[in-house]
Amino acid sequence: MLAGLAAILKRDLRLALRQSADNGMAVGFFVLTVILFPLGVGPEPSVLARIAPGILWVTALLASMLSLERLFAADYEDGSLDLMALAPLPLPLLVLTKCLAPLPLPLLVLTKCLAHWLLTGLPMVVLAPLLGVLLNLDPAGYGVLVLAMALGTPALALVGAIGAALTLGARRGGVLLSLLVLPLYIPVLIFGVAAVDAAIYGTGARPHLLLLGGALLAALALCPLASAAALRQALE
Amino acid sequence: MTQADRFTGHDLSCIRAERLVFTGVAFDLAAGGALRLSGPNGSGKSSLLRLMAGLLRPASGTLSWQGQDPAEEPAEFRAALRYLGHQDAVKPALTVAENLAFWAGLAGAPGDAAAALDVFGLKPLAPVPARFLSAGQRRRLALARLVASPGRLWLLDEPTVGLDRPSVAALEAALARHRDAGGLVVVATHTDIALPGAAELALERFAPARPAAA
Repeated sequence: MLAGLAAILKRDLRLALRQSADNGMAVGFFVLTVILFPLGVGPEPSVLARIAPGILWVTALLASMLSLERLFAADYEDGSLDLMALAPLPLPLLVLTKCLAPLPLPLLVLTKCLAHWLLTGLPMVVLAPLLGVLLNLDPAGYGVLVLAMALGTPALALVGAIGAALTLGARRGGVLLSLLVLPLYIPVLIFGVAAVDAAIYGTGARPHLLLLGGALLAALALCPLASAAALRQALE
Repeated sequence: MTQADRFTGHDLSCIRAERLVFTGVAFDLAAGGALRLSGPNGSGKSSLLRLMAGLLRPASGTLSWQGQDPAEEPAEFRAALRYLGHQDAVKPALTVAENLAFWAGLAGAPGDAAAALDVFGLKPLAPVPARFLSAGQRRRLALARLVASPGRLWLLDEPTVGLDRPSVAALEAALARHRDAGGLVVVATHTDIALPGAAELALERFAPARPAAA
């Protein structure tokens, strides 16, 4: 099964690289939207520096949501999800999954989230400091910005997976998805921005980063189960 | 030993969208056996297959594979199960060979993918992206999945949709080989596909009694 999960991951990455529309668009959206802010707010460096962490985080939130709708939808529509749900289980994981969910769906959710993060989250983590330069972000904030993004964006993907699974098969699912997921993104936004601000003003980013890490761990533990329950509902 | 590769269902009923689709369905399939599901549209053929596969939970009744409930012992059941649904689960961006290799690998028993393509006459198309396939060719690719990773229990939902005459013959031959090797088959179909000695399950007989006409 672990080999099976690796095969699913490899397939998802290969599919994304061959028809890069969805994930490429999310990263493109991130870059373009951030570039719009200096044009809209005005090129005053002190104003931009003040709002830079907030802009980067809000835009990252929206961008990671943009491609979530397709997280399970393509596999659901062409029947792949049925077959993946029926794939054989590994024996050591069997006991665990048997009491939680009768199908290997939580592991599938984790794999899909990892693929999603590698394709949209990771590029945003890499691009965020470059866009920070554009927004005149204080030099003290860069390290923490990358660290906070690296902790926060996987949590966004995991929380978003719940919304993606819940809206499977719904018409105009994308709008519903954002209404469901955006409120859940608020903790990541607050602590993500607070960490960067704390680094810039020298008040210590550590507690905020720890909270972000905690949010990521909680999402890792809970979101696959919640998404799996929603997926199971969609498969029935 | 008597329980080896025996697939049975007892008193199964299914509720879809708060409507009772069928009730009291029972079947008993031994190694090498075949079961043909028939019935008009909406009589629950696909629902019964999804229920057998474990994608749907029965509203009542029990299933048994090798004497055990598949829901209790999913590992062995899934290793044996090959399910073919309405959809072909073919990714347009991957080539024919890549599509097949992925599913064969995921099933945990990668067999001879090239030979499986050959069974359904897809070998010349192996390097072609699946988006160029016709509906019938996609169906053949989905069928090749069954042959590529051998499993003992095949659940096939309308396997002949879109297939031309030679492909149906290839499918019939594959079914015969599968049963000769001791495999079990459940097929839901409207067409006459050769299944010598298959048991018949007419689902309209298990429709719930309608209230007397008002």
